[in-house]
Order: sequence, then structure tokens, then C-alpha cells
Amino acid sequence: MTAGYSAGAAGAGNTAPAIALRIERLSKHFGGARALADVTLEVRRGEVLGLLGQNGSGKSTLIKVLAGMHAPDPGARLVVAGREVDLPLPPGEFRRIGIAFVHQHLGLVPSMTVLENLLVGEHATRANWKIGWRRQAERALALFARFGLTLDPFAPVERLSSVQRALFAIVRAFDQLEQTPEAAARILILDEPTPFLPAGDVEKLFSLVRNIVSEGASVIFVSHDIDEVAQITDRITVLRDGRVAGTLDTAGASKAEIIELIVGRTVDLAGMRPPQRELGPEAVLVNDLKGRGVAGVTFRVRAGEVVGVTGLIGSGYDDVVGMCFGAVRAETGFLTLHGAEQDLALASPHRSVGMGIVLIPGDRLAAGIVPTLTITDNVTLPVLDRFGGNVMLSRRAMRSFAAGRNEAFDVRPRSPDTLMSAMSGGNQQKVVLAKWFQMNPRLVLLDEPTQGVDVGARAQVFAEIRTMAGEGAAIICASSDHEQLAAICDRVLVLSRGRLVAELAGDAISKSAIAESCYLTADDLDRTTAKEAPAP
Amino acid sequence: MSADIAAQDAARRQIWIDRGERYGLLIAWLIVIAAFGLAKPGIFLSWANFSTIFGSQAVLVVMTLGLIIPLTAGDYDLSIAGNLTLSSMTIAVLNVYFGWPIFAAALMALAVGLVIGAVNAFLVLFFRINSLIVTLGMGTFLHGITLWISNSNTISGIDFAIANVVIVTRLFGIPLAFYYALLIAAIIWYVFTFTAAGQRLLFVGRGREVARLSGIRVDQVRAATFLVSGLLGGFAGILSVGSLGAADPNSGLSYLLPAFAAAFLGATTITPGRFNPIGSVIAVYFLVTGITGLSILGISTFVQDLFYGGALVIAVCLSQLVRGRQERLS
Repeated sequence: MTAGYSAGAAGAGNTAPAIALRIERLSKHFGGARALADVTLEVRRGEVLGLLGQNGSGKSTLIKVLAGMHAPDPGARLVVAGREVDLPLPPGEFRRIGIAFVHQHLGLVPSMTVLENLLVGEHATRANWKIGWRRQAERALALFARFGLTLDPFAPVERLSSVQRALFAIVRAFDQLEQTPEAAARILILDEPTPFLPAGDVEKLFSLVRNIVSEGASVIFVSHDIDEVAQITDRITVLRDGRVAGTLDTAGASKAEIIELIVGRTVDLAGMRPPQRELGPEAVLVNDLKGRGVAGVTFRVRAGEVVGVTGLIGSGYDDVVGMCFGAVRAETGFLTLHGAEQDLALASPHRSVGMGIVLIPGDRLAAGIVPTLTITDNVTLPVLDRFGGNVMLSRRAMRSFAAGRNEAFDVRPRSPDTLMSAMSGGNQQKVVLAKWFQMNPRLVLLDEPTQGVDVGARAQVFAEIRTMAGEGAAIICASSDHEQLAAICDRVLVLSRGRLVAELAGDAISKSAIAESCYLTADDLDRTTAKEAPAP
Repeated sequence: MSADIAAQDAARRQIWIDRGERYGLLIAWLIVIAAFGLAKPGIFLSWANFSTIFGSQAVLVVMTLGLIIPLTAGDYDLSIAGNLTLSSMTIAVLNVYFGWPIFAAALMALAVGLVIGAVNAFLVLFFRINSLIVTLGMGTFLHGITLWISNSNTISGIDFAIANVVIVTRLFGIPLAFYYALLIAAIIWYVFTFTAAGQRLLFVGRGREVARLSGIRVDQVRAATFLVSGLLGGFAGILSVGSLGAADPNSGLSYLLPAFAAAFLGATTITPGRFNPIGSVIAVYFLVTGITGLSILGISTFVQDLFYGGALVIAVCLSQLVRGRQERLS
């Protein structure tokens, strides 16, 4: 069926060029780090092109170049509908050449009406001293009818269901393309539009996408979900480590083939696995955890064990640690730590800290540190009673304690009076670890512990986590960084659509094995459990 | 070698800049005193003038101190002026109309303040509404109650005992009210500087999510700040009754803006970038000295509004500059 679409578009006999957009030799470096290398790809008129790749493969950089947010390295070419376009694109230029974006979070203002949201782009760029609301509402209704949507233009967006919002955002983007008649092409870029939609609703989104391409527009569909990509796209381009790993016709591609292109056959470095060691007795039981994106998960962790939790965007893996800590309320679930049980529907950070649980949050600047305060202030916060906080806080003792922690964790600059905002991400993260590991926690929850951390600090963060595990703490690490999980975890749990679908342990753990498991869905569960047995 | 010297120079310059920031307001105050002293030595530099300045502004100091506590936790209490008028009117009504002993009436004023704080805390924390809006409405609401229970009249004839312990009795020539305000400032200074509670308060204001994830019960801390500011509003009401010997349903409202001006101006000094009690006290007296001096020079009353309004805006600009510089240094 999908193959039929590209054939139909090609045979439409339209005078417009068959190639809507072509990128040639696109490279992008950030400092010394290469994000894109010599990427060449094209999108045909009337087709859906899937853009696939792991985190860090360069997908978002590519999209940001098209959005005019990044300037590519010199030498790249961009051809839209046969016309050469100068790079870098000035911000907002993408509209004029006929590109529209729908991002994962849709960019709708929930408290405003459908019509106001529809017109926001128009009002942002054009002066309009008399808005004819009734006329605009009629136009909106006609637009919605064209795509089989029934939406009240005067209903606030917050009253729409999640799928209606996604459909509306896509129609709005298409409308913006149509409102720019001078543009040579009509290209819609859908950046992960599906992860928060229930499975049944994804079908509605797909029929909308088919409607749109049947009008001669093109769609670039960015996703992690291979099944969805196989269902909706005509061709697939896969990025890996900033390069085009391959382009396939969807009709002839098998799932295994696609996964192999995404993951590659990377050789895992032997030294990147944690050393084998004796684990302690069972320390933690997380029982039937439900809430947010998690649909019922049970697992155990032993003292001294590092357990990774991972999955694709929308699989719910990133909600697990927050709910175990009580930072986010769970619907149901219990956490038992060394015999003490806590109801996760009632948990709070205050109680968790009291039980010996700590959380290293992923969003460091918003949740991990206060940038306008010093290292001393930040690192002593949970242990103020040690410095006489109930009677007379000794600033000198706090300062010298912080100096000692800086020494132990190799924080630079060393001065405990340094403002946190003056430090690199890696050093900030060392302070966060120093702050929490001094509590001798029995359960450490990590959320993307090395996000925005440089390579040197990353190795040190790994070492500190191992030390903590060596002292008998149970450790749960949520991350989408598979290399990191392979480097620190004794076991890795993989979630898909809120459920545990795979568990890797010991020698079965490698960066590519984790990545492969992530592309499995609950349907593939049987195959996964077979895999768990030690492979030859 | 020369780079070393340059670095040392830069470090020394930095120390002086820091000192300038820390004591700038104090120095400015002394300059203002000297300037007016030169212009009108006979009147301005008299002990009577200073004891008036110190004693009469204790109400404003207490209100400012009441403001900086929720401000440190990231909340506004705009109801503190309405709180002051209502609690002072409570004393007047209970004492004059109902014949309550003055001591009981004063305790009741504190209770009124506490209740106002509790209601503010409930509305802000239970309904998750911005404190600015809640306390703005609350302040006007309280003023309405004040006008109602007083029939919009000033009530005088209050037991003289309260004036005795507030304004009449003097220590080193300065009314006791001044020392009450200083005592409260000292307590707040101690709590801010030397207790875990003060540290937690600071974190709640600077990084609410960080505080929460560190196990601090953020809502309890915020509720406590509203209770304390309510209590201090009530205490300011007592001082106001003692200073005037009467309760006026309107004049208390005019303290709100000066109190904010002093709170923000105070945050640019002593510990620049943080609301602090000592800075607040200095800021109040800096502003009042300027106004008193100008009125002695014969400039009419509009100068008050110019001074307070201007000071608030300048103080906020200054604190933004300080923050920007601190971040640039980083």
C-alpha cells in the first residue's frame, strides 16, 4: 500500500519537480564534536520519508539546520523544488521556502481556542487591524472538513483529546504551507508526533498524513517507532553517528534490516563493562508501579547492583525513577527498601530522603542545583544538622566541609565559594553527586546522570557510581544513553509502551544489544524472553 | 610575573568593589546626613530630630522585615499594609468600644495578623495561586473590614499604657519602638545566617524544585513565611497604635510602597543580592533621612512619593545589575 503511494504521486503528471527537497554534503560541527558528516538526502514530491536514528545520530541537528537554528559547515547545498537556497537559512526563512514543522510538543496554547491557535502564525508575521472572526471560522471549518476533522473553532484547545490536538497541529502546519503560495514546495516535518498517542489513535494520524501527501505535499516523518515508520512511509533514511547509514524503500525492507541500519554493528569496548563482583542480598522491590507513561512494572534490585532502565521516547522509562522517589506521584505502586515499605501513591521526596533514598535529577539547572548560590550552600543543604543547623550554623565548618568534598570529587574550581553558575556541567554534576553521596544512601536513583557532562567528568561520574554500589547501595539508572548503561549496569530493563519487555544481564549487555531491545515492542515479547537465555 | 601582578591588582580591585557594594548604602546614608547637616546644621543635626526619625519609623521597619521573609522564599505579601490597619483598628475597637484591657487587645491584634497569614498561606498553597494576586486582593479586603468596623473613623482615646511602652519611654533618648524593631531584625538576621531553617528558606526561594527534591517540605516553609509576615503585620499594628495613640483606618496603607522600596533597596547592601534584615533597616532610615532632610529644607510633601517610588525602581535596577555582574564574573 505504501509503495502504491509513491507510484501514484510520481504518475500524477504534475509540472512541479519530482524532488521537493534535496540536501547535499551537509556537515555540522559543534566545537570539535561532529554532529553531521556529509549528509545527502532527498524528499520526493508526494511521499512520506521516514527519518530514523538513535539519540545522538544527528536527526535533531538536521532538523534544526532546516529550521534555521543551526548554521551548517560551509560547503553544504540545499535545493528546494529545483531552486538552490542559500545556507545558512535565516530564522523563519523555512516558511518562505515552504517548510512547516510539527514538534513533539505540538506548540499549541491549551487555554486559547482552536481558531486562535490556527491563526497565531499569521498574526505573528502580518499586521491585521480587523480580524474577521466569523470569516476565519468558516475558513477553518472548511479546512478541517477537507481532512475529515470535526473541531469547534471556538473550543479551547485544552478540551481536545490528545489525538485531536496532534491532528490539529498537523493540519495547522499544512495550512501555514498553503498560506505561503509563493513557496516552491510544501514540506511538512513531523518530529516524533506519536509517542504520547494511544496506539489506536496513531491510525487516525496516519490517514491524515496520507491525505496530506495525496494533495502533493511531502512529509518527513521522524520517529523511533519502527513499526509506525514501516506502516506510513514510502522510503526510509537512517542516520547513524551523523552519517546517512542507508536509504531503503519501505515496501521491501524488513524490520530486522531497519534495526541493523539504526544500531549498526558497533564493536563494544570490553573495558567499558563494570567488573564482575559479588552482589548483596535483595534490597529493593518496586511492585506494580503505574502512573504517567508507566503501565505496571515490577522489578527487584540487589544491594550493590546497578540496574538500568531504558526504552524509546514515550515508553515510560524516564518516569520510573521520579515516581520511585515521590517527585512525581504514582497512581499505584509500592517500593520496599530493606523491608521498609512505601506507598508510591503517597510518597514525597521528604519521606524518601528520610528512608535513605536519593535522586540525582536529569534537569540539573532546574532541579539539581541552584546556580545563583555557592558550592558550599548547595552541597551542605541536605546535611545542615551536621553543622549545628538547629542552633547555630557554623559557616566555617560548612565551608571547610565543602572544600573537602571538592577535593574528594575533584571539583574545579576548588574554591567552595564558587557560584554554581560559574562551573561546567561536569563539575556541577560532581557537586550534585557529592551532595547526595555524603548521605550514605541505600538506594540511589539516577536520571540521565551524564547529560551535558564532558567526557572526563563522565568517566568520573561512572567511577563514583561504582564506588557507591561497592559500598552496598542499590542503584537504579534511567537513561537513553546506551553506552552509559553498558558501562555501569549489571542489569538493564527495557520498557516499551509502559511495560517491561526485555531484561539484559551480565555478558548479554552491550550498547548495541540494549539499542536493539529498545526497538522491540510488547508484541515481540516472546522473542525477547528467548533471547534472555545465555546466547552462545 | 607582570601577569601575576595584574591578577593581584584585579583581585584587589574586586575586593574593593565588593566592599563598595556591601557598604554602599550605609555610606550613602552618611553622605545624606552630612549634606543636610551642612545645609541646616541647627535643625537637622539635633538629637531631637534623629530620635524622631528613629522612633517614628519603627512601624515601617517592622513591615519591611515582615516583607523580606516571604520575599526570600519567593512570595509576595501585599496584604501586610491592610493587615496593619486591621490589627491596629482591632486594638482600638476592643479597647475603646468594648473595654478590653489593652494587653488583651494587643494580643488579639497579633492573633488577627496570624489568621491573615494563615488564610494567605491556604489560598496560595491549596489553590496554587500566585501570591501577588492573593495578597493584593486580601490587602484591599482587609482594608474594607477596617473601614467597616471603624465606620471609616479614626478611633482615639486608647489606653495610654500602649503609648508608654512604644513611644513615650525612651532609652538613650530613642523611643522603645526602635529597639523592638532592632530586636526583630536581629532575630531574623540570626535565623537567616545561622540556622538550617534560613538556608532552607533561601533554597525554597532560589530553586523551589531543587529544594523539594532535596527533601525540604516546600509548602510548609512557604506557609511559615506567610504566618511570620502576618504576625509581623500584627505587631506593626501594635506599634502604630502606640505611636499615634489612635487607630487610623487609612494611613497604614501608605506604608506598603515604602516597605517594598526599603526591602529591595536593602537587598542591594550588606549581603548584596539577598533580602536581608540589616540592609532593610539601613534602607528604611536612608529613605526617611532623605525625606526628613528635604522637608526641613522646605520642599513640599510630594517629595515623599518621588523618593519612595524612585527608590523602589532604582533599587530593583541596582539589584539586577548586581546579579548580572555576579553572573558575568562566573
